[in-house]
Amino acid sequence: MAKARVKAPKTAAAGELVTIKTLVNHKMESGRRKDGDGNLIPRKIINAFSATFGGEEVVSAKFEPAISTNPYFQFSFNVPATGDLVMKWTDDDGSTVEQTKTITVA
Amino acid sequence: MSLTRRNALALGSASFVVTLMPLNAFAAKDETMAVINAFTNGAAVSDGGINLTTPEIAENGNTVPVQFSAPGAKRVMLLADGNPTPGVGTFNFGKLSDASGSTRIRLAGTQEVIAVAEMADGSYAQVAKTVKVTIGGCGG
Repeated sequence: MAKARVKAPKTAAAGELVTIKTLVNHKMESGRRKDGDGNLIPRKIINAFSATFGGEEVVSAKFEPAISTNPYFQFSFNVPATGDLVMKWTDDDGSTVEQTKTITVA
Repeated sequence: MSLTRRNALALGSASFVVTLMPLNAFAAKDETMAVINAFTNGAAVSDGGINLTTPEIAENGNTVPVQFSAPGAKRVMLLADGNPTPGVGTFNFGKLSDASGSTRIRLAGTQEVIAVAEMADGSYAQVAKTVKVTIGGCGG
């Protein structure tokens, strides 16, 4: 399904606050629009996002249809040590997209 | 009863109030309150403690940038009380996070965007910002 793009720094100082920007290509069909024949287009959105760093939860989110097309989400966290930032998006149809970014503490 | 000037005025103002009633009982407002109550379990909500940055005027309601930060918050919920459904998103923050985030949301029209945060000590805070929307973004 969707394709995720993530902008994250490759290196950081220990304890540094880093900002991660994420964007997923997804229509985020709200379930309120109608097609040419007046039929409702069924809802199909990314309803959940989660990010963990080194296995510890950083942020998790529940999205409603009011999140725009191509959902953009930016968050920040303190990097304690070198580790993997694992981000996961869940679609209404159950499919998921995962991306991993390694942040190295120099 | 003869219709005196005084009676006519009273009648007029009464019917005026009646026609206003449906507007006052705007469903979305009640629904927003219900969603906030469900989030806080009915606890008192204080004002402030959250920074919510929204544009004053959004030309396109399809993508309205919204940024929030609530230092020390465990959970933040965003609401748009003039949308068909008030919920926008709920964000849970872990220990590493600084409890901030930014995203882009859809707004059906000019309305208030509300952020409610649950702080680490279990108290709740809320802030609301009005966004003027020129073109609504909910289709239909």
